[in-house]
Amino acid sequence: MSRQPWALAVLFLAAICIAQGQNPLANNRKAAKAGEYEFRINCALCHGLGARGGGRGPDLTRAQKKHTHNDAEMFQTISNGIPGTAMPANGTNGQGVGMTDTEIWQIVTYIRSQEVKASAKMSGDPVHGKQLFFGDGNCSMCHMVDGKGGRLGPDLTAVGGSRTREAIIDSIRNPSRRLAWGLTESTKEFPQEYETVTVVTEDGKQIQGVTLNEDSFTVQIMDSGEHIYLLEKDKLKSLKTSRESMMPKYEANVLSDKEVDDIVAFLASVGAK
Amino acid sequence: MMPLSTSATIYRPLYLSVLGGLAPRSQRFRLCAVVLLALSASHTHAQVTAERLLNSAKEPQNWLTYSGDYSGKRFSPLDQINAANAHTIVAKWVYQTAATGKFETTPLVVDGVLYATGPDNRAFALDARTGRPIWMYQRQVPSDIRPCCGRVNRGVAILGDKVFFGTLDAHVIALDAKTGAVRWDTTAADYRTGHSFTVAPLAVKNLIVIGISGGEYGVRGFIDAYDADTGERKWRFYTVPGPGERGHDTWEGDSWKVGGAPAWNTGTYDPVTNQICWPTGNPAPSNRGAGRAGDNLYSNSLLALNADTGKLNWYFQFTKHDEHDWDATQVPILIDANGKKVIAQADRNGYFYVIDRTNGKLISATPYGKTTWSDSKDSDGRPVANKNASPTLNGHTVCPGALGTTNYMPPTYDPQTRLVYVTARDQCDIFSTAPQPYEAGHAFYGSAYFPSEEAEPYLGFLKAIDPVTGEVKKKFQHTSPTWSGVLSTAGGLVFSGDAEGNFIAFDAASLKPLWHFQMGGAVYAGPMAFAVDGKQYVAIAAGSAIYAFTLP
Repeated sequence: MSRQPWALAVLFLAAICIAQGQNPLANNRKAAKAGEYEFRINCALCHGLGARGGGRGPDLTRAQKKHTHNDAEMFQTISNGIPGTAMPANGTNGQGVGMTDTEIWQIVTYIRSQEVKASAKMSGDPVHGKQLFFGDGNCSMCHMVDGKGGRLGPDLTAVGGSRTREAIIDSIRNPSRRLAWGLTESTKEFPQEYETVTVVTEDGKQIQGVTLNEDSFTVQIMDSGEHIYLLEKDKLKSLKTSRESMMPKYEANVLSDKEVDDIVAFLASVGAK
Repeated sequence: MMPLSTSATIYRPLYLSVLGGLAPRSQRFRLCAVVLLALSASHTHAQVTAERLLNSAKEPQNWLTYSGDYSGKRFSPLDQINAANAHTIVAKWVYQTAATGKFETTPLVVDGVLYATGPDNRAFALDARTGRPIWMYQRQVPSDIRPCCGRVNRGVAILGDKVFFGTLDAHVIALDAKTGAVRWDTTAADYRTGHSFTVAPLAVKNLIVIGISGGEYGVRGFIDAYDADTGERKWRFYTVPGPGERGHDTWEGDSWKVGGAPAWNTGTYDPVTNQICWPTGNPAPSNRGAGRAGDNLYSNSLLALNADTGKLNWYFQFTKHDEHDWDATQVPILIDANGKKVIAQADRNGYFYVIDRTNGKLISATPYGKTTWSDSKDSDGRPVANKNASPTLNGHTVCPGALGTTNYMPPTYDPQTRLVYVTARDQCDIFSTAPQPYEAGHAFYGSAYFPSEEAEPYLGFLKAIDPVTGEVKKKFQHTSPTWSGVLSTAGGLVFSGDAEGNFIAFDAASLKPLWHFQMGGAVYAGPMAFAVDGKQYVAIAAGSAIYAFTLP
């Protein structure tokens, strides 16, 4: 009984706020706590505990987000997903049962509260980083940024805006430690994990490349010359798949900490656009 | 009323005209069989009596229950498609539902007509030879419904001249098998409190047996039986005992009221003991044990219920006080092995259990996948959870993960190879706690889980297990874990699908793929087999369509 007037007031407030695209629970600490648990249940699978990115999903502790400029847009993103990406609409990822509007606002509040804590200052020199990326670092032989570069590895145009600095450095220093993460079945339309595959064809030709896709009977490969091979497994002499990345390990004697910082700063400057 | 002898004379001239003196003696029998087949094809929709369901082995051309027969074997005695000719299998027809979401149905086939369900409360009947629809039915899904794990349904039951299915808004509906018209509609529970039906019901005697879903909403689980003629509920067994009932003291305080233990996969029936063997799911909240101290009966259990009364004869609990969402909702297979009447169940918790079905006593429990949650057994031989297997605030890796070593996908037992074939997954998850108060109709997990990084990549298998020893005899590794069920046939074949969209025929002895077809959509359903006009088919749902395959 005693809860009812309060609940009505919140509903009324919520109606006004939503009409204006505002979060009715903005800066509400209790809501942020509730949102943290909702986040764990519904979002952490891809975005990681603490919203700092999980390999599949972007780091959400960054203040600047590619698809979301204000709370109302974040609410829409969570509700409807992002077409063309692995971000599913609320309640359709097969994990959770879906959230109510209030629960979504709690998550928005939680994500905002995490942003305050994260300090995303970049120490590197993006101009020098760009030179390294397209020059001596050889990154662009396999990676594209803004339409320039190679196709063998993932396009890195958006990576600076979606991954933490630590995650990018880790991928440069230890590329095999974590390949692109596979996705759960419900979002399997984005299956590429960049595994390394080596095959020997019937006529003895050896091909090494990354898998574009694979099932039990066929494999689709791109090699370092960006040739695409469409192969039937039972017609191959041998096939070996490895989670050892084709990307070389960039140790400190190849790229110094300062140089890595510069590359990260470059990627961040592009990704922030 | 027309005397029988009169009706027989109506058909006699037809017989005589075909056979009369024209065919040599040696061909008469074959011709006669052709005529009978032709007659059966034109006279579809004979009543599906309870006796026919009991004696389903006598009509191998039909698939009369979710698992093909009451024992849950999902084995077809048809052998026209076999290991020698499997490489020539072709797709015969495709039926598009235009639905979105996972398609988990197992079709039934009776005398040339295929009955199935689809996402969003769909049910339909098709010409099983061509895939052409005979009727379609869809019940509107309420806009405020939020079923846990997809707007799915696993199939119909058939009895008399009606087919029966459960809806996402917790109704049990009887449809006219010939027209799809609603014959009765009974509300089992309130969908707004998280109750729903996704399971294929089981017809036993004159009862339609069905179990509720909603373990993620804190429902109090139950198994119901409805009068097939009227829709009147004849009995209900609550899978969480109330005050004064045996097992009630396995729940802390009022936790039983929201205790879960749903019953969302189709059980089996043992006519000899008149027992329905039905498995139950997780206690609620699924991943948080605090607040519900105790074993939490009858969650994650196999229940043996008297078919007539719904009274509990015995139970076996696979996972006590579960904190990992390991529903025991796998089809329990009744097998007569080594002179013993047993039930085999490859459980979601990673162990393969063999149970004496006369008394519910455990015979063996053997791991058939990667497990880390138990390293000891109790005096009954049941694996016991480690203290440190519980979820923690910051997350803790346990194998198998929440999806389990297997899940709802139906397994098969092949009496020819004497092996159980089951879809299995090796994946570990990080389980972390997330306190969540109960609120009617809201998600009630009490925690979160996500795949453990160290367990990448996740592995998927088809495994062949000897039910006598529990030993994994053979396995085939899929490219990734699949949600497909498995069918075995007398043709020496095992059929299953994969997450990449392939439907595959395996040699039952070696598990070597003999044939495959790319269906263009992931498989979440179990395959089945049937025959019409003397021609064998194998059918499966994938993507948003049903596919039927046959020989050229």
